[in-house]
Amino acid sequence: MEQQIVKVKNKKGVKVIPGFGLSLGVTLAMLGCLVLIPLASIFISASQLSFGEFIETVTSRQVVSGYIVSFSCAFSAALINVVFGVVLAWVLVRYEFPGKRVMDGLIELPFALPTAVAGISLTYLYSDQGWIGALFDKIGVKIAYTRIGITIAMVFVGIPFVVRAVQPILEKLDRQYEEAAAMLGAGKLYTFFRVILPELFPAMLAGFGLALARGIGEYGSVVFIAGNIPYKTQIAPLLIMTKLEQYKYADATAIALVLLVISFLLMLVINSVQIYMQRFSKA
Amino acid sequence: MKKKITAVMLSVSVAAAALFTGCGGGSGEKDGDTGSAGIELLNVSYDPTREFYAVYNELFSDQFDQDVTITQSHGGSGSQARSVIEGNEADVVTLALAHDITAIENAGLIDSGWIDEFEGSSSPYTSTIVFLVRKGNEKDIKDWDDLVKDGVEVITPNPKTSGGACWNFLAAWAYQQEQDGEDEEATKEFMKKLYQNVLVLDSGARGATNTFVENGQGDVLIAWENEAYLSMEEYPDEYEIVTPSVSILAQPSVAIVDSNAKAHGTEEAAKAYLEYLYSDEAQRLAGENYYRPSNEEILQEFSDQFDLDMNLVTIDDFGGWDAAFETYFDDGAVFDQIYEE
Amino acid sequence: MSEKKKQRMYDQDVSGDGLHSIQKVIEPPRETSRPVIKYVLIGVSVLFLFVMLILPLIVVVVNALSDGWAAYQEAVLDEYTVKALMLTLLATVTAVAVNTIFGVFSAYLLSKFYFRGRQVLASLIDIPFSISPVIAGLVFILTFGNIGWMGDFLKAHDIKIVFAVPGVVLATIFVTFPFVFRELFPVLNAQGKDEEEAAALMGAGGFTIFRRITFPHIKWALLYGVILCTARAMGEFGAVSVISGHLRGKTNTLPLHVEILYNEFNTTAAFAVSSILVLLAVLILIARNLVEWKKK
Repeated sequence: MEQQIVKVKNKKGVKVIPGFGLSLGVTLAMLGCLVLIPLASIFISASQLSFGEFIETVTSRQVVSGYIVSFSCAFSAALINVVFGVVLAWVLVRYEFPGKRVMDGLIELPFALPTAVAGISLTYLYSDQGWIGALFDKIGVKIAYTRIGITIAMVFVGIPFVVRAVQPILEKLDRQYEEAAAMLGAGKLYTFFRVILPELFPAMLAGFGLALARGIGEYGSVVFIAGNIPYKTQIAPLLIMTKLEQYKYADATAIALVLLVISFLLMLVINSVQIYMQRFSKA
Repeated sequence: MKKKITAVMLSVSVAAAALFTGCGGGSGEKDGDTGSAGIELLNVSYDPTREFYAVYNELFSDQFDQDVTITQSHGGSGSQARSVIEGNEADVVTLALAHDITAIENAGLIDSGWIDEFEGSSSPYTSTIVFLVRKGNEKDIKDWDDLVKDGVEVITPNPKTSGGACWNFLAAWAYQQEQDGEDEEATKEFMKKLYQNVLVLDSGARGATNTFVENGQGDVLIAWENEAYLSMEEYPDEYEIVTPSVSILAQPSVAIVDSNAKAHGTEEAAKAYLEYLYSDEAQRLAGENYYRPSNEEILQEFSDQFDLDMNLVTIDDFGGWDAAFETYFDDGAVFDQIYEE
Repeated sequence: MSEKKKQRMYDQDVSGDGLHSIQKVIEPPRETSRPVIKYVLIGVSVLFLFVMLILPLIVVVVNALSDGWAAYQEAVLDEYTVKALMLTLLATVTAVAVNTIFGVFSAYLLSKFYFRGRQVLASLIDIPFSISPVIAGLVFILTFGNIGWMGDFLKAHDIKIVFAVPGVVLATIFVTFPFVFRELFPVLNAQGKDEEEAAALMGAGGFTIFRRITFPHIKWALLYGVILCTARAMGEFGAVSVISGHLRGKTNTLPLHVEILYNEFNTTAAFAVSSILVLLAVLILIARNLVEWKKK
């Protein structure tokens, strides 16, 4: 039966690759049990609020400023990560130099370090008494307890996403394109921006999206470096915690729901672009 | 070679899958074996009581006539209370404020009237709010009104995420009420200035201590007396404790979680566990861990350590926790107003 | 485009598996013409990594050893540390296994078949990434806890999920759920499905196609995915913190144990235990390098 559905939906008319039913079944079953059923609880909990209460909760001034802080910092962090992530992936794939393997392995470390430890260490480094913070303090820039600090924590937790999204694509990228471009007289920069970058773009976008989403939701590391002053450095996840501390589950889940929907839409756009570009390149 | 790697990887994933199902079975079994001999008590407590209960648990189980194992759980007071409401099967709770225990009561897990079950409103030990300043006290901080001066940087946690920080807020409020002859607006203005001087509003008391001690932020930390002494113990040459003229009597509360204790058949042991907190030995232990013993005689034994002449208001002066929360810490209440504009 | 595509397939056949590594061997780095760019890029990378990654690690190590080696050993060999390590390993292995199975099936599904709702499905898979870890823990409480809609049922049957080991494992699976999928999907997407179609037309079965055609393409991505997943599962703090109940020796994972030590004013021990996690991550790195090296 599933086969029939596919035959109708498949644009090319004939479905030849086997395994659709099995993989669809496994995917949906696991996704359903492990993610969707628990997630439904957020909706159930938030639905205890009337529509008016829901709107009031999620649009109160503090909450809106929380979204803005979380989103703007996560956005800057994701941009920084895309730039440095591509450079890192490029260096790791294309160049040989001593210490490369160590460098390659370091990329995952932000994941292995508990977010709280990361937050504590980063604050230690970037406070105006810290090793790096003291340098910036001399030129009058405060890093810890400002939005710059929040952004740095988000860069830290997001690096692996971009590097590891771009790296496999770069490894598979055929050098003949570049050679051809070079033979035709294209400069290195031209080749990079016109030949390589378009190939990398979907992966960069995916990495950007993941780093952004991770940043918006990040709590453990940011809360130490943020300062948490209302309207200035208070992030949205902290407001969720605030609501929980007051035993307001429905309010907490309402804010969570808004974050969730924003992130979901973001992912949807990115995935659509990615899938569209893939289809386009195969056409 | 290629095939080999393929085969290895496939078999690894199969083995992992098998392991997973094995784990599932294993964790299921663990849930079943609650019928072992001896009594198990779970004490859900808050952060700074860890050292105290580690020693107290030994003291208690040595003198108790049955075999008893006590498991400890620590965290922020509010989130610990929440975990009990959500299903963490505590037999007893020992939390930072009565408000958190009332929340468990409201969820139907603790019988009403718990606050009178033990002496002193079920607070076997108390504490208060003091200032921790850097050695030399350069900014010359002596009392609450020094905290609102220009250029003084204050560290205190957020009362909306940290139960302990509610005591800080109320202590400052009580001081200024006395100065202003209970003029609400003037006091609010004072609090606004105070919180404008707050450099970092950490989410928990321990985080605030860390910001002040480890990261060198701010001139003064508004802290629990016991936390301040712990920092002094760790860095004896770097800090001083300043006791303000007015502060608040912080009363950490204890209670039996009746419905869990009933289900576990541990009611008697739980009661004995909390009652023993009032014994002379346990009271002295509390004093050694920088908590003020509720037993007056034993408190006097520690008169060198604690400033016993402080003017301490209590939560009853604010009309109890429910009223205090509604007035000061609820959404849109005084604390939120302070940060508006 | 299709010409190039064929050319690329041909290349892959010649060089066998692991296209990129063979290329590295056959073709010397060609950047010699403009070494400036190379060194600038390497310099930027090294600087970035040093400031963003290595310095925080140095902070961990310096703090861990600040009370001497004996104190470090004591913290690491502590009974509760070992118990926490065991629980972390259990949760990590389970999460990696589950998410690998899921990742392979879902990436295959979404890259080899066109059907309506692919984008939505892909985005649903990504949700655990974008959820604040605090909420990730909370969803299980709202589902299985006392106040959750399955709470009464579970209580009646005396099944404990939250504030027990199963909850910790579930939360770990949840936060790392999309990792393997995320690594495999772009690679399979870039590879297209022509090869599989050809094989299927020639009569190959599903498993054979996967093993002989799909799998060689995703091997390395799979390895990356597993490593990312392992690292993230080991280090997960927020979600597990909400669901574990902090029962010492029972539901404390390593990151939670770090937090407990930190809150005990035992900063040195907290960083010492963190360094175990760093060490585990380094071990994984060595293991991966060994596999890569063997393949050559």
